[in-house]
Amino acid sequence: MSDALLVLEDGTAFCGRSVGAKGTVLGEAVFNTGMTGYQEVLTDPSYRGQLVAMTAAHVGNYGMHPDHAESDAIQVAGFVVREMAHRPSSWRSQGSLPDALREAGVVAIEDVDTRRLTRRLREHGSMRAGLSSEVLDVDALLALVRESPSMEGRELVSEVGVRAPRVVRPDGPTHLRIAALDLGMKRSMISGLVGLGAEVHLLPSTTTAEEVRALEPDGLFVSNGPGDPATVDAAVTTMRALLGEVPVFGICLGSQLLGRALGASTYKLAFGHRGINQPVLRRREGVVEITSHNHGFAVDATTLGERTGDLRYRTAEHGEVEVSHVNLNDDVVEGLAALDIPAFSVQYHPEAAPGPSDAHYLFDRFGALMQAFREGRARSVLDLDVRGEVA
Amino acid sequence: MPRRDDLKSVLVLGSGPIVIGQAGEFDYSGTQACRVLREEGLRVVLVNSNPATIMTDPDVADATYVEPLTVQSVRAVIEQERPDALLATLGGQTALNLAIELAEAGVLDEFEVELLGADIEAIRTAEDRERFRVAMAEVGLECPRSVYVRSVDDALAAAEELGYPLVLRPSFTLGGKGGGIAHDEPELRERIARGIADSPVGEVLVEESVLGWKEFELEVMRDRNDNCVIVCSIENIDAMGVHTGDSITVAPAMTLSDPELQRMRDAAFTVLRRIGVETGGSNVQFAVDPVTGRQLVIEMNPRVSRSSALASKATGFPIAKIAARLALGYTLDEIANDITGRTRAAFEPSIDYVVVKVPRFDFEKFPGADDTLTTRMHSVGEAMAFGRSFRDALHRALRSLEDGTIGFHREDDGCDAATLEADLVRPTPRRILRVAQALARGMSVEEVARLTAYDPWFVDQMQQLTKLHARIAEVGESVLTDADLLRAAKRDGVGDRLLGVLAGVEESDVRAARHGHGIRPVYRTVDTCAAEFDSTTPYHYATYDEEDEVAPHDRRSVIVLGSGPNRIGQGVEFDYCCVHAVLALKDAGYETIMVNCNPETVSTDYDTADRLYFEPLSLEDVLEVVDRERPAGVIVQFGGQTPLKLARGLADAGVPIWGTSPDAIDTAEDRGLFAAMMDDIGARMPAGGTARTADEARAVAGRIGYPVLVRPSFVLGGRAMRIVDDPAALDREVGAALEAAGDQTILVDRFLESAIEVDVDVVFDGEELLVGGILEHIEEAGVHSGDSACAIPPVTLSRALEREIVDVAGRIARGLGVRGLMNVQFAVRDQQLFCIEANPRASRTVPFVSKAIGTPLAKVAARVMAGTSLAELRAEGSLPVHGYDPDLLQHVAVKEAVLPFDRFPGVDPALTPELRSTGEVMGIADDFGDAFARAQAGTGTLILPTDGTVFLSVADRDKRAVILVARRLVDLGLNLLATDGTARVLERWGVPVTRVGKVTEGDDAIVRGLREGGIDLVLNTPYGPDARGDGLLIRQTAVSNGVPCVTTVAGMSAALLGVEALQRTGFAVRSLQDRHAEVLERLASRVVRA
Repeated sequence: MSDALLVLEDGTAFCGRSVGAKGTVLGEAVFNTGMTGYQEVLTDPSYRGQLVAMTAAHVGNYGMHPDHAESDAIQVAGFVVREMAHRPSSWRSQGSLPDALREAGVVAIEDVDTRRLTRRLREHGSMRAGLSSEVLDVDALLALVRESPSMEGRELVSEVGVRAPRVVRPDGPTHLRIAALDLGMKRSMISGLVGLGAEVHLLPSTTTAEEVRALEPDGLFVSNGPGDPATVDAAVTTMRALLGEVPVFGICLGSQLLGRALGASTYKLAFGHRGINQPVLRRREGVVEITSHNHGFAVDATTLGERTGDLRYRTAEHGEVEVSHVNLNDDVVEGLAALDIPAFSVQYHPEAAPGPSDAHYLFDRFGALMQAFREGRARSVLDLDVRGEVA
Repeated sequence: MPRRDDLKSVLVLGSGPIVIGQAGEFDYSGTQACRVLREEGLRVVLVNSNPATIMTDPDVADATYVEPLTVQSVRAVIEQERPDALLATLGGQTALNLAIELAEAGVLDEFEVELLGADIEAIRTAEDRERFRVAMAEVGLECPRSVYVRSVDDALAAAEELGYPLVLRPSFTLGGKGGGIAHDEPELRERIARGIADSPVGEVLVEESVLGWKEFELEVMRDRNDNCVIVCSIENIDAMGVHTGDSITVAPAMTLSDPELQRMRDAAFTVLRRIGVETGGSNVQFAVDPVTGRQLVIEMNPRVSRSSALASKATGFPIAKIAARLALGYTLDEIANDITGRTRAAFEPSIDYVVVKVPRFDFEKFPGADDTLTTRMHSVGEAMAFGRSFRDALHRALRSLEDGTIGFHREDDGCDAATLEADLVRPTPRRILRVAQALARGMSVEEVARLTAYDPWFVDQMQQLTKLHARIAEVGESVLTDADLLRAAKRDGVGDRLLGVLAGVEESDVRAARHGHGIRPVYRTVDTCAAEFDSTTPYHYATYDEEDEVAPHDRRSVIVLGSGPNRIGQGVEFDYCCVHAVLALKDAGYETIMVNCNPETVSTDYDTADRLYFEPLSLEDVLEVVDRERPAGVIVQFGGQTPLKLARGLADAGVPIWGTSPDAIDTAEDRGLFAAMMDDIGARMPAGGTARTADEARAVAGRIGYPVLVRPSFVLGGRAMRIVDDPAALDREVGAALEAAGDQTILVDRFLESAIEVDVDVVFDGEELLVGGILEHIEEAGVHSGDSACAIPPVTLSRALEREIVDVAGRIARGLGVRGLMNVQFAVRDQQLFCIEANPRASRTVPFVSKAIGTPLAKVAARVMAGTSLAELRAEGSLPVHGYDPDLLQHVAVKEAVLPFDRFPGVDPALTPELRSTGEVMGIADDFGDAFARAQAGTGTLILPTDGTVFLSVADRDKRAVILVARRLVDLGLNLLATDGTARVLERWGVPVTRVGKVTEGDDAIVRGLREGGIDLVLNTPYGPDARGDGLLIRQTAVSNGVPCVTTVAGMSAALLGVEALQRTGFAVRSLQDRHAEVLERLASRVVRA
C-alpha cells in the first residue's frame, strides 16, 4: 500500500502513498498549521526549497482555482499531508489538488502521520528531509538527505522573483509609484500595493539604489522570499542606500532585510511560524492582530543598537528604531518601525492569502506614509495613526 | 487592560431546567463562569431552578438560589444580595430573555445593577429579527429577504412577494420553537398561527427560503479592546432547513476555500461590532448558496450557546471561561491558553483532526409526532467524536449514539427505490443511515448529494466508507488474517462490532485478531494548536495513527464512565453524579480519568477530571482506554444505564469494577433472581412474571390479574412501559415492549391502582445504610417516577411507614451486595409497602436529594466504592455525611418534571408510565404549598394562577375526588368552568360552576378560551386509553398555548396548595447554603444535646 517515503535527517521515516508526481526531492521539512489555503501555500515562492507538511486532517477539499494562486507555479519542493481530496467539491473548483501536483511535477505524499511529523519538527527544529516515490529504502534516502544543503546560508531568492523589471499598473487613476524589490513576491502583495493606486515596478533583487532612484519612486517596497536572509546582500545594500530618502516598507524577508539594513542581524527560528492563526501584538495600541505567517528566520532586535527603551534601540546610522509588533506566542520580533526615517516592516503577511485580513491596514499606512512624506507632513510611520492620518 | 476593580459581586443567571434546545451545555458554561468569577475574588450569586446541575452545587457560588427564573424571584434575590452586576450571557436564551424582562421591569435600574457582556440594546438587536435585518443592511451584510408579520393575512401577503417555500421564525423563542417551513398556502396558514402563538411578542418573521443551502457557524470572541478571534468554524452536513441542533455538524468547516472563510470571518466580526457585543462569545450563522457561493447572515446569538460548548470541546478553547474573564475587563492577550499553559487566549485554534457531532432523538417516545426535521429543534442530546479523518470521526460519533447504531451502516431492509429516495429527501433522524444504505446499493455520489443536499465532499467520504465495508464483507472472516484491511478499517473508524457484522464474525473475534496483529489505537491530545506547541493538558482521543501522547503517571487511578448522549431518561443528572465522583476521588488523591462522548456536559470539561478521554462508551472503546491507563478501578454506577450495560463485558475482560458487582447488577435486573432474593429477605413485591412472547405475557397477566404493568427489562426511562386493563389492551401494547426489550425478557407485573409511589436513594457500604432521602410522589403510581412531581420529606407518609421503607431498603442493599448508591421504588397501597424495583446505581433523583438534605450523595458513594466506609468518611470530616432525617429539615423540597409536549404537537400530554420529561426543577420553601408553587413556576410552563378561571373535566373515577378541590378553588376566589358531567357533580355539591359544551359537539368555547386567554389552569384527567376526543384536544390546546394543564387529581390537590401559598405569602428567598447550614446547626445541636 505504501509507495512513497519521507525521511528526516535524524532518521525518522514516514511511509505513505505517492499522490503527486513521481520522483525524489530534498529540502527543509516544515509544517503549516493553516486549515485552509493550501493552494496559496503551495504557490507562495517563500516555500521554495521546502517540503511543506500541512497539519490539517484533510487537504484539497475545495479543489483548485486560479484566483488562489500566489505565483505562476507550485513552489514547494514537496508536499506532505495526512489525506488529500481526490474528489474536491466547491462551486468554484477547477480541478483537484492531486492532479495539479502531478501536472506541476511536484512530489507529494499522503497517509503520513503529520502530527507525529509536526511533533518531531517542533522538538528538533526544522530539518533537512527527503521525499521520494522511487527511493523507498530509508537508509538510501537518508544518505541523500544528509548530503543536501541546509536552509541556513541558502540563497534561493535568485530562483524566484522577476529577472527583469516589470510594471504593474492599477485599473483606475495612479497616485503613486512604488519600486518593489521582488524577492519572490506573492501576487496578493502586488494587489495590495496596486490597490493603493500605485504603479508598481517589480525589480530584481540585485537592482541597485541608482536604478531605483532613476524611477523616482514614492516608496520602496521589499517583498517576501525564500531562503536565508543573511544571503541576500545586494538588496540590503540597495535598501541601506535609500533609507531616509524614500519611504521603505518590507514584508517577511523584506522585514528581515530592513533589519539588516538598519544594522541588525537575523537568526533561524527552531521551527518557524507557518500558519494563519498567529497572534501579533501591535504594541503602541495594545491591539492583537490574528495574522498569516510564513517565516523560518527573524530579526534579533538586540543587535539593532543601543537600547533606549522598551524594545527600542538607537541604530548606528538611522536613528531610533522600535519593535512595533511582537508575536504573543513566543515574543519573536514581528515588525519594526523607525522613529526618525520613513521605514517600517512586518515579519508576517498583511496581504493574508491565505489567512485573516486583520493587518491589511498596513498597505494603507504605507500609502499614507508615501503621501505624507512627499508632502513633508511626516518623516516616520510613527507620525501616522493606525488609519494613516498624521497624528 | 487589567480587570475592573469596581465589581465586587456578580449575579449569574442559569438556564433553568433541561428542555429541548437548552441542555447541559449551560451547566458547563455557567459552572465555568462561576468558578472563574470566584477565582477573581468576586462574590458570586446564582439563580437557577435546576437542581441537577453542577452549577447549583453549594460550593460553586457564594450564594445559590434554587428559585424560578422569573422577574419576581430574581428581583427578590437582587433586593437581598445587592449585586453590582448581572451576567446573563451564560445561561442560554432563558437568562437572556430574563435579563430583558428585568430591565423592562426597571429592576436593574432600581438596584443599579450593570448588565455585563452584551447590553439590552445589543440583545434586542440580535434577538429581534427585523431589527437584526436592518442592522445587517446598515453594515452592508446580506440576510435572506423577509417580512415581519403579526397575522395570517400579513403572512399571506408576504408569501405573494417572497414565493414559497417560506421559513417561519417566531421572535424570542428557544431552539427555533414555533418555527417551521411552509411549502404552500395551507401549510402557511396552519403554521403561522402556531408561530404567532409561540412568540412571546406575537411576531413571526416570514423569510425567503434558503432551503438546501450550505450552513455554517462561526464561534467568535471579542474583548473590550475590540480584539476578535474565531474559535471554531462549524459546517452542517444537513443543509439549511434543519435546525443546527438537529444537524450532523463537522468542525472545522470542510468545504470552504480560504477567501470564502476569510470573508465569513470578517462578516462575523462586523456582526459582533454592529450588534454591540462588547465582550464575550457569540455565534454567527451563515448560509452559502452551493451554486454561486453567495453568503447570507442568518442569525447571531450574543451569548454562549450549544455551538460554543461544542466548539470549546472540539478545540480545547474554553469559551465560557474566557467570556467570564472578558466580562471582568480582561483582554484576550492577558488571558492564558490553559491547554498549552504557555500561549495566550488571543489566537485562533488550529486543529489537526475532525470533529463530528451527531444529534440524538427520542421520537419513539412520542407516537404520532412527525419526525421530519425542521428549523424547530427536536433532538434531546448529542454525541461528539474526534477522528483523524472525517470518516473516522463519523463512524465514532454514530456509534456513540447508543440507539443501536453501530456506525455508518444499515442492514438493507429491502425497501423499494422510491421509499429510499423519499427517505433521502426528507430529513429525519434515520436519513444518515439511509444514505449508507443507498451508497451500499450503488447509488452515485451525485445522486445522493442531489437528493439529500449534502455537499458532495461529504457524500464522497461516505462512499469511501461503504466501499470499504463492501471489501470487508467480500473477504468475510478472512478479514481476521488480513492485517492491512483491518488496519485500514480501524483508521477509518470502523468499530469492532461493525467489522464483525460485516465480516460475519463475533466482535470478540475481531478484537482478538486485531490485538494479535498489534493494531491498537494511540491517544492523541486536543491541544488547540495542531501540535505547534507542547500541551500540558491531558485531553485525549483515540485514533489509529503512529504515536501515542499519553503521559505516564504513578498515582492510583480510577476511570469514571460517563453517561453518553443525553436522552429522555438519562440526562444531566447522571453527568452531575459522574462529576461528583471525579471530584470526590480527586480530593481523595486518585488520578481521575473520565471517559465520555457528550459535549454538553461538565464531565467533558478538561478541567473536571485529571484526564479526559473523549470516546464512545462502547465496550471496544472503553476496553482500549482501560488497557492504556490500567486503572485500579472502573466506576460504572454513575452514568446511568450506559456504563452499567458495559459492566458485564468489562468484568469478563478482567477489568476491576468498583462498587456493586456486575453479578449484583444482574440480580437486580433479572426478574427471577431478584424475586428470589426478595423472598429471602421477606420483602413484598407486586405479583408478576417475565415473558418473551405475547402469549407468555398473556399467560402471566391471566395468572396475576389485570390491570398489569408491562415493560422491557434493562431499559431506562419507562421505554415502552404500559399499563393495560384487559387482554385486548395487552395484545395491543405488548409488541412495543417486546421490541424495546430486544433479546431480553419483558416484565409483566400486577399494577397497583391508586397507590402512592415512593423513591428512596441510599448509600450502602456493606455495613451501614445512609438514607439520602425518601421522596413521595405527587402523582399516583402509573405515572413514571421521573415525570411525577415529588417531595422530600414525604407529605403524607407516616413515620412508621418511613421506618419500614428504610428497613426494607437496607435489607435489599445487603441482599444484593450493594457498594455505593442504590435507588428503590416502592408503591404504598392500603398502608402496605410493595417494592417495584431496585437499581443499584445512581438515580435521577440523586442531585435533587443531595441538594435537599445537604449531603453530596454521589461524592459519598464514590468514596464508599473506593473502599472507605461511611464511618471513616464521617471521621475524616472532609464531606458532610448525614442522611435524611425529617427532623433536621426545616424546609420542603419539591421536584417537578419538565415535559417537552410543546415540541410535539399531536401528542397527548397526559402523563403515563413512559418517561417523557427532559428535565426537572426544584422548589424549596418552608412549606409544601410554597415549594410546590415555586417548582411549578420554575418549569416556566406550569405557572399557577392566583386568580382567574380554572377549567375542570375529569374522568368518572375522579369525580368524587375533585369536589373538595373545586370547592376550595372557589373559596380562594377562582371561577370554575366544567364540562357537563363534571359540572353536574359539582352543582350537586353546591359548587358554583359555569357549564361549557363539548368541542366534539360543536362548542369551541374551551378551545377559544385556551387560545385567546380567559382560562388560566386546566384539570383534565384522561378517560382511558381510547379517549381521543375532547380531553385530548383540550390537553393539547392547553399545552400549545402555555396554559398549565394538570392531568391527575393528586396533581390538582398539590396545585391547589400552591395557589394558596401564592396568595398567602410574599416571595422570600433563602440561599441553599443558608438552608444547608441550618441543617448542620440542628445536627450539631442534637449531637451536643445527646
